[in-house]
Amino acid sequence: MSQQIMPAIEGWFTIGEEPALVGQRCTKCGTIVFPPVATFCTNPSCSSREFSSVPLSRTGTVWSCTDAHYQPPPPFIPTTDPFEPFAIAAVELEAERLVVLGQVATGFGPGDLKVGSSVELVLEPLEVRDDTQYVVWKWRPTSEASGS
Amino acid sequence: MSNDVAVLGVGMHPWGKWGRSFVEYGVIAAQAALADAGVEWNDVEFIVGGETVRNGYGGYVAGSTFARALGWNGSRVATCYAACASGSAAIEAARTRILAGLCDVALVVGADTTPKGFLAPNIGERWDDPDWLRFRLVGATNPTYFGLYARRRMDLYGSTTADFAAVKVKNALHGLHNDNARYRKQVTLEEVEASAVVADPLRLLDICATSDGAAAVVLTSMRFARQRALDPVRIRAVSTVTPRFPNTALDMPDIATDSAVAVSPPAMSFRASIAHAAYEEAGIGPEELSLAEVYDLSTALELDWYEDIGLCEAGGAEQLLRDGATSMGGKVPVNPSGGLACFGEAVPAQAIAQVCEVTWQLRGAAGPRQVEGARVGITVNQGLFGHGSAVLLSK
Ligand SMILES: [Zn+2]
Repeated sequence: MSQQIMPAIEGWFTIGEEPALVGQRCTKCGTIVFPPVATFCTNPSCSSREFSSVPLSRTGTVWSCTDAHYQPPPPFIPTTDPFEPFAIAAVELEAERLVVLGQVATGFGPGDLKVGSSVELVLEPLEVRDDTQYVVWKWRPTSEASGS
Repeated sequence: MSNDVAVLGVGMHPWGKWGRSFVEYGVIAAQAALADAGVEWNDVEFIVGGETVRNGYGGYVAGSTFARALGWNGSRVATCYAACASGSAAIEAARTRILAGLCDVALVVGADTTPKGFLAPNIGERWDDPDWLRFRLVGATNPTYFGLYARRRMDLYGSTTADFAAVKVKNALHGLHNDNARYRKQVTLEEVEASAVVADPLRLLDICATSDGAAAVVLTSMRFARQRALDPVRIRAVSTVTPRFPNTALDMPDIATDSAVAVSPPAMSFRASIAHAAYEEAGIGPEELSLAEVYDLSTALELDWYEDIGLCEAGGAEQLLRDGATSMGGKVPVNPSGGLACFGEAVPAQAIAQVCEVTWQLRGAAGPRQVEGARVGITVNQGLFGHGSAVLLSK
């Protein structure tokens, strides 16, 4: 494919061999913020507005999961026609102590996961526009968790 | 000094899918509340509207839209938006103006006309709006979040889909004779479990619909009520607290939670802190409750509320439900009105409708759904963007 690959939203995650979400770390109190769109530190006891950019853990554990049996309304972009249900997981990143939502990788359903299951971050296509493939992060069950 | 205000009048326009203007619903509810209070519109000194964001400019300035429809009377006016808590934010505005001694009589009105299907974000590309981004990047609808909370209950506490269905069966039974409810039909466990899955583990009948409807209350100072030799239901506290950092539960419409890496999470979750602030303000505890109206956007969420309003410890909700403690005739009936399960959500009206129901219950005027000897009731809800509310009422 000669298509260029781009993230579906700029600055939220890196693409490449080992893709990772990108957070902001407050240089004063160490609070981590994702999505990385903060102007001010989210800690109410900190008035810093200086952040460094940090990649977040690529693996985490499931906080909870569900799925979507009906096609969500726009601006959702359906990737299949007809619509096929897809799973969604909220995943806890241990080192950063936060939970990030994302779709579950294609081919896996909520039955493949439960609270505490291990997952890793992968990228999958969201849409193709102007010869560019836009990708988005998803959570894929890791081998020890997807035995069911 | 007392921080009470009187709920002198309550009124509603029945919930449904009527296809008419929210203004019409709102005025009908307002007139019902004024008649119930025995107060003339011309005597109202402050009108507060709950904003609806789906009805153009008239909805953004709902307070003045209702005032104009009732006939300009020179009263003070305000409009409140706080997502699902808009109605209680409007009540709080009226209450605090009364408590400040700036007026004696206030009218609070919320009304909505809602679209079919999922509540979708406003149109247009909005790359800095989390409500837009969650649909675009994740495909996360409101039921997605309800599904996440429900699945977490199952994995942590062993709830079953039969427990969730039992909440629907209970609420359908409660709302059976409520003329303001949209759905007045008995529902069986089998019917819930035969309905289509929307967001695993939740099915269509586990998730509340969206409705048209309106509710209004007339609030007055206690002095005004006593001058008329009335012994009204009183609002003892209103809570409209924000979460505390770091909020580690994933709330709508966020894609991520706060990080707890630099600051430890608060002892109490956001949802629990909503009711707690009302209890603290009133000096009344959950053990004194006769009933509760909780925001059952989903059946599973009603179980979360049992814990968050202090009816039981975390993980204890299923047992309360199974024991019948939250059914009519139980220790603390929850959603005697039938709840959102029977109403469907009409956003800016819903929190006001909850207060209407508790008021009828505390007056002993709830007819076939009356909770015996009701003395204290609480309403709670949670909405988008860190909004939530609780209103604590007593005789
Ligand atoms: Zn900081």
